[in-house]
Amino acid sequence: MADATAPFHIKGETGEWEVVVGLEVHAQITATASKLFSGAATAFGAEPNTQVSLIDAAMPGMLPVPNEECVRQAVRTGMALDAVINRWSRFDRKNYFYADLPQGYQISQLFHPLVGEGEVEILLDEKDESSAKRVGIERIHVEQDAGKLMHDQHPTMSYVDLNRAGVALMEIVSRPDMRSPAEAGAYLRKLRAILRYVGSCDGNMEEGSMRADVNVSVRKPGAELGTRTETKNVNSVRFVMQVIEYEARRQVELLEDGGSVAQETRLFDPDRGTTRTLRSKEDAHDYRYFPDPDLLPLELDEAFLQECRASLPELPDAKRKRYEGDGITPYNASVLTAEVETARWFDALLEAGAAPAQSANWVVAELFGALNRLGKSIEESPVSPSQAAELLGLVADSTISGTIAKQVLEIMLETGEGAAEIVENRGLKQTSDTGAIDAEIDKILAANADKVAEYKSGKQQLFGFFVGQTMKAMQGKANPQVVNERLKAKLDG
Amino acid sequence: MTDLTAKTIAELREGFRGGEFTARELAEQYNTAVASARALNAYTVETPDDALAAADAADKARGSDELGSLAGIPLGIKDLFATRDVDTTAGSRILTGFKPRYESTVTANLRKAGAGMLGKLNMDEFAMGSSNETSAFGPVISPWRRKDGGNAALAPGGSSGGSSAAVAAGIAPAATGTDTGGSIRQPAAFTGICGIKPTYGRCSRWGIVSFASSLDQAGPMARTVRDCAILLEAMAGFDPRDSTSLDLPVPNWETELSSDLRGKRVGIPKEYRIDGVPADINALWDKGIEWLRDAGAEPVEISLPHTKYALPTYYIIAPAEASSNLARYDGVRYGLRVETEGGLDAMYAATRAAGFGAEVRRRIMIGTYVLSAGFYEAYFTKAQRVRTLIKQDFERAFEQCDLILTPTAPSAAFGLGDKSADPIAMYLNDVFAVPASLAGLPAMSVPGGLDEQGLPLGLHLIGRELDEQGVLNAGLAIEERAGFTAKPTRWW
Repeated sequence: MADATAPFHIKGETGEWEVVVGLEVHAQITATASKLFSGAATAFGAEPNTQVSLIDAAMPGMLPVPNEECVRQAVRTGMALDAVINRWSRFDRKNYFYADLPQGYQISQLFHPLVGEGEVEILLDEKDESSAKRVGIERIHVEQDAGKLMHDQHPTMSYVDLNRAGVALMEIVSRPDMRSPAEAGAYLRKLRAILRYVGSCDGNMEEGSMRADVNVSVRKPGAELGTRTETKNVNSVRFVMQVIEYEARRQVELLEDGGSVAQETRLFDPDRGTTRTLRSKEDAHDYRYFPDPDLLPLELDEAFLQECRASLPELPDAKRKRYEGDGITPYNASVLTAEVETARWFDALLEAGAAPAQSANWVVAELFGALNRLGKSIEESPVSPSQAAELLGLVADSTISGTIAKQVLEIMLETGEGAAEIVENRGLKQTSDTGAIDAEIDKILAANADKVAEYKSGKQQLFGFFVGQTMKAMQGKANPQVVNERLKAKLDG
Repeated sequence: MTDLTAKTIAELREGFRGGEFTARELAEQYNTAVASARALNAYTVETPDDALAAADAADKARGSDELGSLAGIPLGIKDLFATRDVDTTAGSRILTGFKPRYESTVTANLRKAGAGMLGKLNMDEFAMGSSNETSAFGPVISPWRRKDGGNAALAPGGSSGGSSAAVAAGIAPAATGTDTGGSIRQPAAFTGICGIKPTYGRCSRWGIVSFASSLDQAGPMARTVRDCAILLEAMAGFDPRDSTSLDLPVPNWETELSSDLRGKRVGIPKEYRIDGVPADINALWDKGIEWLRDAGAEPVEISLPHTKYALPTYYIIAPAEASSNLARYDGVRYGLRVETEGGLDAMYAATRAAGFGAEVRRRIMIGTYVLSAGFYEAYFTKAQRVRTLIKQDFERAFEQCDLILTPTAPSAAFGLGDKSADPIAMYLNDVFAVPASLAGLPAMSVPGGLDEQGLPLGLHLIGRELDEQGVLNAGLAIEERAGFTAKPTRWW
């Protein structure tokens, strides 16, 4: 695998090219059950036009009223991205005609967004803190989503589904700070993790609650920024990376053939992994933005901001640092904090008294493996954090060995019994009884006189063989340390 | 039997409560009057059953404590207000056949107070006009005629021309109007009735077809100042469904009415003395000053230096907002759709070309232009700044005075067709009305007298923000002194 921290350059005929990427991420505020300016529901997958209020359908005389909870979630998100919260912001109308846009305008925020500059730290290599890079956030504004056209319902007409019309989106606009598909991927994953920690957006890209417009340009390293293209509505991390890869190569080819990059909007074709022109700059709409006269400016008071701040959970970066401080390896800390559900589960495990470093190893190596085999997510884990803490406690106080712990976990997953109960009922307790261990060792040494001789004549690596045989004879329940000591005494003594 | 259509709402309220007549008798008389006055083209829809139902409910409730302030009073409703299951077209072809499944907050408030509905009143299309000639239903004809015997059909003013004509002709005791840049006050002046536009935000805009959101305000049009107070109290109030609605209690405007103006200073803005205004109007203005002085007020000259920019500012901001507000009439979900070859854009173009009249199309184009890239700063942003200056003019003026007196319009009613070819001449009609709209201030027209042709002229009062009481009180003082009792002679 290529070094994740090495610069991503495209080798053209005229030399190396650098790619410059900025992302506009549209994240649906899924924390609220209703739309940005109406009380209609927002559940995914409902029958067409069953979640539409008079406001969403833009009936004559209907007026928007801001949903305070949407504003609150966007503010919390901004705070989690370390961003400036603008106490005074305003909604603007973006005017254009389309059948999925009932009002004939989208209510958005162009001139005075709710959230200003912030940043996201990404790790290009999960095992290496020094691979950290900051991606700037330019702004976050709140806006309405449009409806959906359905072209497959009628031979000559398109149908309109307004369920999504008016749904609250946060548009999170990054600086053009990313330089490779991998960086963009890391940024998106990190952003998604933060949104999910905050709870403002479920980050579900398949259901469209998170999607990205991908801005790509290329340049010779150190040169001025090139002309960018914008590829709209890309709905997976992998696709975003494909778009960047494809666009960068396409642009380099164009430029090296003496052509130029057209500033345009493009569309991604996931089947082919390519992009194509949607509309050129000349066809670009004049959106005639102006302040929405139906709405007053949004003014946030200190109490509201304080409440938003106080409601924020511990975020991934802080959690990772805390874990590392507890002696967890950087890699494990990174893995355990990447998804909010994992972190939540692991925190519960720590709270139940499990030792951090040992538990982290166990979760990443044992539990993840077991869940993988079962095809279950951590939220669906048949073993609860307190049950796991009980199991890990038995290992920590030497009641059972690590090997037995694996067996016990399998039984727990199968039967749902508790670890102590399993160990007790099935006699899996580790023994340090030297009498019993000595008896087994004597039998093994007697049965393998040839190997004892070889060992004594210098073949030291056979020591492991004797340990293995002893453990096997003890059905894994012998304390490995005692076995070692006794064997050493008998062979070397 | 007495002619109940000649009575004011205050009189009707007393008479009904005192058992002089039933609400059903009142509704029936009005229903008959409405049906006999179709030559005026004031109503686009008649709803006699609605009026009767409200009347029967009022008759049943009479004597109980639950009798609303407008129990059994039938009203005319401007067609800009959404009325459940009743055609609501805003005077436009594009809303042909549109029957909302909801009721505007203002009309719902009136119904809660016990009022019934006689029908929907004709108006300029989307409230864009000052003569009612832009209505898709044809113009309303004013009940008034000149003394010259020429029988020329006159404009009832606009955009609330159906409302003004209906009240003046006695086919509604009062009506709702809306005022974006004079649409209550100018038609009131043209037809010899009272009309008040309250402070922006007093009446909810929810369910009123939007023209220019930052300017639109509903208000009553009635025969007397007291009737205006009674109606406005019922119409106004905070509505959480309108973000621009004022979260304030509704004052007791009627009980606080007083024509004693001692201690009040009345500002007379020198910039409102403009060229080309008929002598009759300036003479009435001077009379108005004397009447207010007689009521105890002290006239003071004031200056509103940015007055001359008000009309151009209004004709940037209002069309800009309208161009966006009217984008929803696209043939996709309701109203008119013209099917055509060539896909979605062609359907939009065909629908909107057929659905909107010339004046609405003109304002959509002006609005689109002033918001477009490259022109936005020069027009829209500048207009917003001037709007602020105009507001500040009033703030400064109100340091020197408590209310302002001007003429309502620069002319009496003109003939239908006289100005329809010249939009600028038409727009000039609102030159005195528009500044108060831009500043969001309460303002009222009260009839003051007749011109040499026997046509009504109005006096215009502008108050401080939220001081509807001051405006109504000064209106009452003028009403008591003007003794305006003229009525149009029935020809219809």
